[in-house]
Amino acid sequence: MSTAARASGRLRQLAERRLPALTRYRQPEALPITLHRRRIYIVPTAYGIGFAAILAVMLVGALNYTNNAALLLTCLLGGTAVNSMLVTFRVLDGVHLDAIDVDPVTAGDDARLRLHLGAAQRGRYALRIDGIEAVEPIDTALPADTAHVVALDLATTQRGWQAMPRLRVSSRWPFGLFRAWSWLHPTQRFLVWPMPEAYGPAPHGHGDADNRSPPESGDEFAALRDYRVGDPRKHIAWKASARHHDLLVRDMEQPRALPGWTLDWHTLHGMEREQRIARLARWVHQAHREGRGWSLRLPDTQMPFDNGAAHFRRCMNALAELP
Amino acid sequence: MKLPGLLRTRPSREAPLGREAFNLLSLTLLAVLLAHMGHLPWWLTALSAATLAARWWQRTYRGGRVPFWLKLPLLAALPAALLGYYGTIFGRGPGSALAVGLLMLKLMESERPRDARMGVAFACFVLMSALLFNQGLLATALVALALVPALATLNAVLPTPQRPAWRASAWSVLRIVALSLPLALVAFLFVPRLSSPLWGAPNADKATTGISDSMSPGNFTDLLIDDSPAFRVTFQGAPPPPQQRYFRGPVMSYFDGRTWHARPLRALLGDRRTPEPLQAQGPTLSYNVTLEATHQHWLFALDVPQSAPAGARLTHARSLLRRQRIDQSTHYVARSATDYRLAPQASAAERRRNLELPAGFDPEARALAAQWRQRYGANAPAIARAALDLFHDHGFRYNLAAPPLGRDSVDDFLFDTREGFCEHYASAFTFLMRAAGIPARVVTGYQGGFWNTMGQYLLVRQSDAHAWSEVWIDGRGWVRYDPTAAVRPDRVTLGAGAAAGDQAPWYQRGWLQHLRNRWDIVNQWWGQAVIGFDSLRQRGLLTPFGVSRADTGTLAAVLAALTCLLLAAGLAFTLWRRPRVDRLRQAMAKLERKLARAGVARRLGEGPHHYLSRAARALPQSRVHLKALETTYLQLRYAQDNPSVSAIHAFSRQVGNFRPRGVVK
Repeated sequence: MSTAARASGRLRQLAERRLPALTRYRQPEALPITLHRRRIYIVPTAYGIGFAAILAVMLVGALNYTNNAALLLTCLLGGTAVNSMLVTFRVLDGVHLDAIDVDPVTAGDDARLRLHLGAAQRGRYALRIDGIEAVEPIDTALPADTAHVVALDLATTQRGWQAMPRLRVSSRWPFGLFRAWSWLHPTQRFLVWPMPEAYGPAPHGHGDADNRSPPESGDEFAALRDYRVGDPRKHIAWKASARHHDLLVRDMEQPRALPGWTLDWHTLHGMEREQRIARLARWVHQAHREGRGWSLRLPDTQMPFDNGAAHFRRCMNALAELP
Repeated sequence: MKLPGLLRTRPSREAPLGREAFNLLSLTLLAVLLAHMGHLPWWLTALSAATLAARWWQRTYRGGRVPFWLKLPLLAALPAALLGYYGTIFGRGPGSALAVGLLMLKLMESERPRDARMGVAFACFVLMSALLFNQGLLATALVALALVPALATLNAVLPTPQRPAWRASAWSVLRIVALSLPLALVAFLFVPRLSSPLWGAPNADKATTGISDSMSPGNFTDLLIDDSPAFRVTFQGAPPPPQQRYFRGPVMSYFDGRTWHARPLRALLGDRRTPEPLQAQGPTLSYNVTLEATHQHWLFALDVPQSAPAGARLTHARSLLRRQRIDQSTHYVARSATDYRLAPQASAAERRRNLELPAGFDPEARALAAQWRQRYGANAPAIARAALDLFHDHGFRYNLAAPPLGRDSVDDFLFDTREGFCEHYASAFTFLMRAAGIPARVVTGYQGGFWNTMGQYLLVRQSDAHAWSEVWIDGRGWVRYDPTAAVRPDRVTLGAGAAAGDQAPWYQRGWLQHLRNRWDIVNQWWGQAVIGFDSLRQRGLLTPFGVSRADTGTLAAVLAALTCLLLAAGLAFTLWRRPRVDRLRQAMAKLERKLARAGVARRLGEGPHHYLSRAARALPQSRVHLKALETTYLQLRYAQDNPSVSAIHAFSRQVGNFRPRGVVK
C-alpha cells in the first residue's frame, strides 16, 4: 500500500470517528437497500479535472481570438460535462440491493456472495462493486426491470457468523468525468463452517481394524485393478487385459452399510477447543462422505443419529456456531 | 535492447483498449483531420491520413504495439518538417498543424484506455482550434458532430460487461449533448468577452481579401471568381434599383502608367480636410451593413455616403475608412444619397490633381483624347459620351480572361486587345478623360448583389467587385460614369455572373448559383446570430431589462444566476423520482372506460373476474373477446410476480383493438 493510500485510509477513519453523520450510511442496515440522493456521493475524477483544465484553455483561446464558433463549441462541451454529472448520479440513483445469498462455505475457502441487484426502470452501465480489501473490483451492468445477480468471492478465515463486508457501488458512466459512489453495508450475516483437520485418528471406540477390513466381494462391478495372486479366475477381465501389459481383474464390491459413529465432544480430552471442533468436523465430513450415519453431541446440543445432506448441514452449522 | 526510462511504457493494470473504443477513437481523429483539412499543408494531410489508416489496419488485423524506433523518428520529424514549411512552430497555423500531427502520433501509441482518454481530451482541443480558421456554419456543424464519436470513445473505455449497441450509444451521447444546449447558450451569451486579446495579434497571419487600395487592369481576376460573401445589406425601406447599387470603396486618383492608387493609408488617416460637400437631390437611404472580415481598413457604403458610421471616418473623396483593421465581421449603419451633387465647386488644386498623368505613356490614347478635346472643347459630357461610344461601337468585348497588356497598357487595350473587364474600362476611360483635360478618377467598390427576398437583404459577393469612373463636370461636380456598362449593360442590371456568361466558373452557373443564394440566408443568419455576436451586442443584451450597457460584472452575475437556475432545474429533474407506472393497470383502466361507455361500469370493490364476466354477459357479441381479455389479465396480474413487458404490451394492444358490441339488456 502506498503512503498516499495509507494516509487516505487514516483520514477516512478519522472522519468516520469524528463525523458519524457524514458516514452514517456506512453503518450496517437491513436489506433491501435502495440508493437515493442522500447516500450517493459524487466527485470529479482526475480525468474530469484534467478535462476541465482543457476546457478552460479552450475558453481562453476562443475569447482571445474572439471566435464565437469556438466559444459556442467550448460552452457546449462544458454543458455536456456538467450534464454528465447528473447522468452519473442517475446511474446509481434507484439501484436496489434486494438480497444476498451465500452457499455454505468452509473457513479458508472463498465464500461466494450472490448480490441480487435491481435497476428499476432504466438499465445501468459500468457499475463497479468494490471497497473490500483483497477482492478484485467487479464491473457489472444492470438491465432494466429485471433482477440481476452479481457474484462476489470473499475470502474467509475463521468459522462462525461472518458479517457482510461493506461494499462500495460506484460508476463513472458516462464519459468518466465524474465518479458517483455509495456504500452498502447490509446487516445480513453468513455462517462459515469450521475447517476440518487435515488428518487424525478415527473416532474413539471404532477401531482401526474396523476400517482396515478388506472390502467384501459382491456382485456389483466397481473397478478394474491389477491381478493379485489368489483372485478368482472368473473375475479376470480378459478383453480389457488383452490391451494391457498386465492382467486386469474386475473388482466386485458389495456396498456395505458401514457401522454408524457416535461423535461426542466430551470424549475428546486434552485438546484445544478449536482443535476439537476441527476433529469433529473431519469426522462429520468423513462419515457423510462414506455414507455412514452418525450422531453428534456438543456441549449444549445433541444431534440424534441420522445421515444425509440435511443432517450434515445441521451438524456443520452447530459446529460453526459453537461459541 | 534497453530503452531509456522515458520511452518505456510502464506496465499497466488496465485492460487493453477494446476494439470498439479504438475504432471510435480513430473515427474521432478522422473527423479532426477533416475539420483541419482546409488549412493544413497537403503533405501533412496526406501523411496524417496515411498514418491513421495504417495504424487502424495494423491494430485491427495484426495487433501489437508500434515499435519505438518507428514512433521516435516520426515525433522528431514532425516539428522539423513544420519548421521547414512554416519557418516557425508558433502561431495559429503551425501550432494547429503540430497539434494535428501529434494527435495522429498519439493514436500510434494508444493501447490502453488511459491513452484513449488523453487522446479524446486533446482531440476536443484540436477540434476547437479548427474553428479558428473557419467558423462557418458547416465547419462548426462538422466539429460539433465530431464530438459524438469523441464522447462515445469515453464511454467505450469504461469497463462494463454489457454496453449499449453503437446506435443507442450514439443516441445517448447526442441526448446528453442536446440537453446541455440551454446551458451552453446561456454561457455563450453571457460569458464576458475580453476587451483586448491576452496574447498575440489575432489574424495577423491572415491575407487580406477583397478590394485593396490600388488597382491595375487584371488584378481583379481572382476576386471576380471568388464567390464568398463580401457584405450583406438590409435596407430600411425598399432597396435601391440595380442600377443604383454601387458601393463605394477606395477612390483612386494617382496613376503611374499602369496602376491606380488611392492615397496611402497613413495620409488618409491623418488627412484633416473635410469631405467633399454633398448635396442630396432626392430621398436618402438608410441601411445596415454586415461586412465580412477583410483585414483591411475600408468600409463600403452605397454611392455616396452622407456621413460616417460610428468608429469610421469619411475621407476627402467620401470613402469610408476605419482606423482599426476589420479583422472580424463588422456591423454598421450608414446613410447615403443615391441622387446627389458631389463637390460642384472643386478647388483648382483638386481638379489639377485629377488631371495628372505620367509622362511618356500611351501616346495614341493621348492623341485620341486631344482630338476629342479639339472637337468638343471643354464640354465634359460630350467627351465622356465619345469615350463611351468608342467602347460601345468599336468591337470592345467583356472578357474575364483578358489578354495581358504591355507597357502602354491603355494604348494596348484601346487599340489592340479590346478585351477586358471593369478594371480595363475604368482605367482606360479615366485615362482618356484626363488626357482630354477633364478631371476624372477611378472609384472601386462593389456593384450589384443578390436580393434575397426570403431574408430581405442584399448579398454582395467578392465577385461583385467593380471599378468605375467619376468625372468632374463644372456645376454638377463628380458624376459617376460606368464605362463597363457601355460594353455590357448586363453587368450593371443583372450582375457580374450574367456579364461573365460562359466564362463563369462551374459553381457560378444558373441553378447552382440559385441554390447557393438560397443557402446564403442560413449563412447570413449564422453570421449575424453567432459569429457577429460581439461584445457590443453582448452589452446591449440586457437592454430589455433596463440595463442599457451591461459591464463585465453584470454579465458575470447574470451568467452565474442563469447557470444556477438551469443547474437547479436539471437537478430537480434528476432528483425527481418518477412514480412507477403500472402499464397493466393502465390497460385495464382503459378497458374499464370502454366498457363504461358501453354501459357496463365497474362497481366499487368488484373484482376483475366478476366484472369482466358480467360484461361478457351484458355484451354477448363481445363475449369471446372479453373472455380472452379476462384470461390474459388474470394470468398477467395473478399468476406471476414479474409479467414480461412484451406480454403487457400485447394485452394493451388487445384492449386497444377491443370495440364493445351488442346491447345492454
